[in-house]
Amino acid sequence: MNMVNLKINNIDVSVPAGSTILQAAKAANINIPTLCYLKEINEIGACRICVVEVKGARSLVAACVYPVNEGMEVFTASPRVMKARRMTLELLLSNHNRRCLSCVRSGSCELQALCNEYGVENDGKYDGAKTESEIDASAAHMYRDNSKCILCRRCVAVCEKNQAVSVIGSNERGFATHIGSPFEALLDETSCVSCGQCIVNCPTGALSEKDSTEAVWAALTDDSKHVIVQTAPAVRTAIGEEFGNPIGTDCEGKMVAALRRLGFDGVYDTDIAADLTIIEEANELVERIQNGGKLPMITSCSPGWIKFCEYNFPDLLDNLSTCKSPQQMFGALAKTWYAQKKGINPKDIFVVSAMPCTAKKFEMGRDNEAAAGMPDIDAVITTRELARMIKRAGISFNELADEKFDMPLGASTGAGTIFGATGGVMEAALRTAVETITGKPLENLEFTEVRGMEGMKEASYTVGGLTVKVAVVSGLANAKELMKKVREGKADYHFIEVMACPGGCINGGGQPIQPASVRNFEDIRAKRASVLYNIDKNMPLRKSHENPVLKEAYDEYFEKPGSHKAHEALHTTYVKRSRFGTL
Amino acid sequence: MSKKSTVPFRGTKEQEAQLRELIDKYRNVDGPLMPVLQGAQEIYGYLPIEVQKIISEELDISLEHIYGVVTFYAQFSLAPKGEYQIAVCLGTACYVKGSGGILDKIKEIIGVEVGECSPDGKFSLDATRCIGACGLAPVMTINDEVFGRLTVNEIPDILAKYVNK
Repeated sequence: MNMVNLKINNIDVSVPAGSTILQAAKAANINIPTLCYLKEINEIGACRICVVEVKGARSLVAACVYPVNEGMEVFTASPRVMKARRMTLELLLSNHNRRCLSCVRSGSCELQALCNEYGVENDGKYDGAKTESEIDASAAHMYRDNSKCILCRRCVAVCEKNQAVSVIGSNERGFATHIGSPFEALLDETSCVSCGQCIVNCPTGALSEKDSTEAVWAALTDDSKHVIVQTAPAVRTAIGEEFGNPIGTDCEGKMVAALRRLGFDGVYDTDIAADLTIIEEANELVERIQNGGKLPMITSCSPGWIKFCEYNFPDLLDNLSTCKSPQQMFGALAKTWYAQKKGINPKDIFVVSAMPCTAKKFEMGRDNEAAAGMPDIDAVITTRELARMIKRAGISFNELADEKFDMPLGASTGAGTIFGATGGVMEAALRTAVETITGKPLENLEFTEVRGMEGMKEASYTVGGLTVKVAVVSGLANAKELMKKVREGKADYHFIEVMACPGGCINGGGQPIQPASVRNFEDIRAKRASVLYNIDKNMPLRKSHENPVLKEAYDEYFEKPGSHKAHEALHTTYVKRSRFGTL
Repeated sequence: MSKKSTVPFRGTKEQEAQLRELIDKYRNVDGPLMPVLQGAQEIYGYLPIEVQKIISEELDISLEHIYGVVTFYAQFSLAPKGEYQIAVCLGTACYVKGSGGILDKIKEIIGVEVGECSPDGKFSLDATRCIGACGLAPVMTINDEVFGRLTVNEIPDILAKYVNK
């Protein structure tokens, strides 16, 4: 590799050619602040907070995009640099809603942290005109408050490049510039898929999830309700970050203990519903293959993906598995079999979902998601909202001893757990499908070809004389490319897994927000995913169809996979939508 | 909230055919959006949502991306031009002589904002930079007719003539 030698703050540094000053400084353990920069996604050098002095250069340069040269001398903290950064912050604040105290991002706001670091006061040094804006609360899952927007365009970049959704962008110019939708439409009128990737990439409080914690608090104090909670696999991989734990800390036991202390009548696991999804979905796949049904069959767990498909590929809805997502399966299971078993009127059961996902807030309100004649799910809170509840309840999360999920709906297998990472659903489905087709116990349970953080993976397996071709994609831009091939008949897969968020649910729009200073230098997705694969490895049961509680549920209620009763409760329908939303 | 034009879209089949022909010409060219938008505005006189949607579908560029470009450049218009195009000069000389008040009075009478067209298609309103008639400040034009040394009080009578034309 070609190396380049330079000096940063008089320290010798040697980095690969093509590195930026930002990367070179990082290698020398010198942090340069950034705001607009997101590695490979938003490299526009616009915010000017990362400016540094380069000896011989006419003006300060943006370290995030400026490449290193042999013999270069860089100063990252000179008085001139400090003065420029401070003024940039003061100017940003001059057009900023500075009500930080109750802001949802207070404490995790990148602008606030920098102002604090640079001693920039909240005194409105350059106060003048302010850009006018209104809060957009139209979407089911989020708020947009442009009075807190700093126009870094990170949300725009992830929406367009990672997700190929592109319903937000910068409108108008100069002082009137603002982030908005086409024709100033409300988000709800566009083809937004509710994935929430804009939220986890926003440096400030301009974008935030709709908070549903009040509804949960109210239910918890209502004695007439049997309030139960399910937690998606990915929540346990990341909630620890909200309490200062390193990225990739498994907090399942502490999370369960905390939920019990919040007062839930049952602390359950979405993993059981993931197992149920696999049983139904593997059955559907085998049926489609054997009966000449529509192929490739595509997973339906990710509500952001489902909505994306409805908007952009309405002609391919028959390729989607009709299985409800695990969240919805859980609610259906709780309000049918579980209600019957417990002798509780399903009307009195309040199901809370703790999810890594904002699209789940939209999904709970979809049509045909009501197995017992009422919505399967009553409230969805994100990992972030759950952490807020735990903090507000005064629970010392890190001090809690590990506890186990309640039975019966806390029974799970390793297959259900790995749903939270890209490739997990595929691997879980393969474990069950292979045994279903061959009728023999599977020896090697690990389908490593579909693991890992690449956006597009494919593999083929020979099972009982049949070659099964599969593909796994995450990030909707990757899904779009693959779906174009499916549309053109150029993708001869049997089964495709799609997750809306890059890397899967572990990197979902409802997960704890890591600042760009972390995201730019480490793969938080791989660290979080490793938690799930470790749990799976150590589980006594690792195949969905071995889940003992589900065997009971089928015996007592659903009869068999794909039965009429299973279809009524556990499957759903999709709607054709326009690529322009309702615009 | 939505900024869709208040004037009903009156695009014809012929215009759409012209637009599609234009898109085909630029489809495989790098950076097709600007020439297509310029051409589309020549065809329709403005760039309403109906036109932007066709461009979005055909070039596989998101509607927001297109809208962002259209609202960035002053040369593009989201509203059609009226039968009578009113332009009030907000150049320095006209402005200090009170063209701001003239503009407000016009807005009040015809009920549209700058850059818009009245729903009946009769009047559109623009605020311009200096048109070089500073000696007559404050100045406005209606189509090719120039009105100079205006006072706010004269505005109702001038517009009334056009309303009844």
